[in-house]
Amino acid sequence: MATTTLPVEEKKQVQEQEALITGAEAIAIACKLANVDVVTAYPIRPYDTVMQYMSQLVADGEMDCEFIVAEGEHSQFEIVKHASVCGARVFCGSSGVGWMYAMEALTVTPALRVPMVAMVGNRALDDPGAFGVEHNDALAVRDLGWLLTWVDSAQEALDTALIAYRVAEDRRMFVPLALSCDGAFLTHSQALVEIPSAEQVKKFLPRYDRGELLLHPDNVISVAPQANEDWVMEIRRQNYAVTERACDVIREVYADFEKTFGRKYGNPFFEEYMTQDAEVVLLGMGTMSTPVKVAVRKLREEGKKVGFVRLRWFRPFAGPEIAKCLERFKAIGVIDRDFSFGSPNLSGVVATELRSAMYTGASTRPPVLDFICGLGGREVTVPDVEAITQSVFEAAKGKAQPLTQWIGLRG
Amino acid sequence: MSTTFVEEKPTQNLEAFKGVKKVPYEEYYTSGHRTCQGCESAQIMKLMAKAAGPRTIVLGSTGCMYVANTSYYATPWGVPWMHTQLGSAGSGALGVAAALRAQMRKGSMKDEPINVIAFCGDGGGADMGLGAISATMTHPDYNLLILLYDNETYANTDIQISGTSPYGVNTSFSTPGKVKRIMHHRWKKNVAPLIAAGHPTCKYVGTISTSYPLQAMNNIRKALSIGGPTFIHCLNPCPKGWDFDPVLSFQLGELAVNTGIWPLYEIENGKLKLYGKTEQIARGKFKRLPVREYLLKQGRFAHFVEEDIEFFQSKVDEMWEKWLVPGVIPLQKEI
Ligand SMILES: Cc1ncc(C[n+]2csc(CCOP(=O)(O)OP(=O)(O)O)c2C)c(N)n1
Ligand code: SF4
Ligand SMILES: [Mg+2]
Repeated sequence: MATTTLPVEEKKQVQEQEALITGAEAIAIACKLANVDVVTAYPIRPYDTVMQYMSQLVADGEMDCEFIVAEGEHSQFEIVKHASVCGARVFCGSSGVGWMYAMEALTVTPALRVPMVAMVGNRALDDPGAFGVEHNDALAVRDLGWLLTWVDSAQEALDTALIAYRVAEDRRMFVPLALSCDGAFLTHSQALVEIPSAEQVKKFLPRYDRGELLLHPDNVISVAPQANEDWVMEIRRQNYAVTERACDVIREVYADFEKTFGRKYGNPFFEEYMTQDAEVVLLGMGTMSTPVKVAVRKLREEGKKVGFVRLRWFRPFAGPEIAKCLERFKAIGVIDRDFSFGSPNLSGVVATELRSAMYTGASTRPPVLDFICGLGGREVTVPDVEAITQSVFEAAKGKAQPLTQWIGLRG
Repeated sequence: MSTTFVEEKPTQNLEAFKGVKKVPYEEYYTSGHRTCQGCESAQIMKLMAKAAGPRTIVLGSTGCMYVANTSYYATPWGVPWMHTQLGSAGSGALGVAAALRAQMRKGSMKDEPINVIAFCGDGGGADMGLGAISATMTHPDYNLLILLYDNETYANTDIQISGTSPYGVNTSFSTPGKVKRIMHHRWKKNVAPLIAAGHPTCKYVGTISTSYPLQAMNNIRKALSIGGPTFIHCLNPCPKGWDFDPVLSFQLGELAVNTGIWPLYEIENGKLKLYGKTEQIARGKFKRLPVREYLLKQGRFAHFVEEDIEFFQSKVDEMWEKWLVPGVIPLQKEI
């Protein structure tokens, strides 16, 4: 994780404590610090540990919220959607098919301009059953107006949860945000996390103010009346305007985060690792960063100039910025922990998106190879990354490589 | 004594209107809607809003009372209103009640009793959203009312059978054909007793009819005042879907009750009370009219032959003669 911290003296003032916690626990603590009003839970691994921690916080009197266990994910998301329209700060989450079960609610929430923070503990979609990570669950809403971000450490999970509320509840945004954490690798793995004080968080996070859009007897409005072809296009265009503003708002919030808490994330949209003099670069999202970084260091020792870019925000997709960053490399290898059957070149979602961004935003045309890897919770291993890098170097030398390759398959 | 962790919140304690002349003039559901002439579903919207008054939030599920009722720039609602998804009346009401409660407790919203009503159609409430309504009915800490307006079809999508459609009815998914005269051979789902029997937390469950408007309003006021989650099922004649002259709307509502097809009752704190003509039928003071008088006024039963009418009558008779509670609880008396 590329964060730098303040000197010890200053640190003491802004942080309360350091604790050994999981990614899920970190997000539960962030919700407590954010003074969330309404939380809805429904069991599905691996996201649901966040709700176990939260119910304990409520039972122990550490957190003051309505904690509702719904009868299914559709209701889980509908309850918080309605609560948010009535001015409450809300939290919920899901994984895999649970997230898909809520799909109708997930569709209307951004369309209605309702801020919400949801944790997605990324999980493979059924069938067959698998608890492990895959990114297709969260990615399923990528066209609907959700903001989508991936983190790779418990610290980043906590920090991004706070950032998420600031961004989602910003009047210029008012959209839901899904905070993705790779199942098991992040949701259930412990790390040392610096936990900010409630006062600092209060300073950073103003009250959610729904203003003239609040559903309340003092503000007699009709929300979402039937519009049809008369107005739907104009309403869609307004929601589109959110995506035009999104990058600026996110940049602003990260800058303020850094000022308040002292932790720096650099470019909010992606993290660069050993890219300075790199000839080729790998790109991916989430906790694959750990094996990839180990592999990059190993390859560097062997004299191979490879770097890594970890995408933090998938929506908004900071296209021009990413293209500008990547145009200097001779070849790019995307590692997709997802699939997009029938897509152009039969590649994964991230590679397809990136190629589109490069086509319009880059002044060079390096090959963009895609590697489907680590599905269903399978580990992305160092040898996997070595094999990937090898192919990317071949492409850099001008040797044709398949545009999509499945890595780490058995037999 | 075990401590209860339920924090009850006071309601507005709305007293019954003592006669038609005491009903306030103010309307909170006014012009702007585009429902059919003679639409009794729209009628219950008006009565519901009047009964609840201005300190109310209303959620409306997808259906005629959304699509035909609430158009952009022409909303009829004088209270805050929000569209809720077809199966979300239960979860929507819960979300609103939870938001109010949390913010009032934390001091970020003025503490006052606010009525929360979510209405749904029979498709939204008796079919798709039944699970969510059931879950909501188990939450003792939230004051809210689910009002199911029942036009006995998925009306807005052009009249298709739902779980509450009557036996044999002609809809666009159950049109009589050359071989099958009757395409819909399920009996109407008994929603209110289902809610009452399965949810001891729910202090008020009842049926109403728009043909008895004062009673309907007062029952709504009672449901909003008793506290906790409550449920009301209203039968609403639909000229388009039932195929009758709009002038007959009111009369058909009465006939549904007088033939014994639509029993009127309240289940308050677990105690069942029949009321109106239904009570008189049960006490033997009023003789049920033959169902024929109700069925033959509606085009949706025009394909019925004598045999079908007799079958329909026999099922209604069974309801009154054999059920544990006439027309309400379907257990045979002999058991
Ligand atoms: C999830 C979903 N499925 C289907 C529809 C299509 N639909 C719109 S209105 C409607 C009819 C609803 O029937 P009901 O709840 O009885 O209300 P009514 O139209 O009869 O007033 C349906 C099926 C929808 N809006 N949402
Ligand atoms: S179809 Fe029926 S319920 Fe719908 S507006 Fe017309 S009369 Fe009312
Ligand atoms: Mg209906």
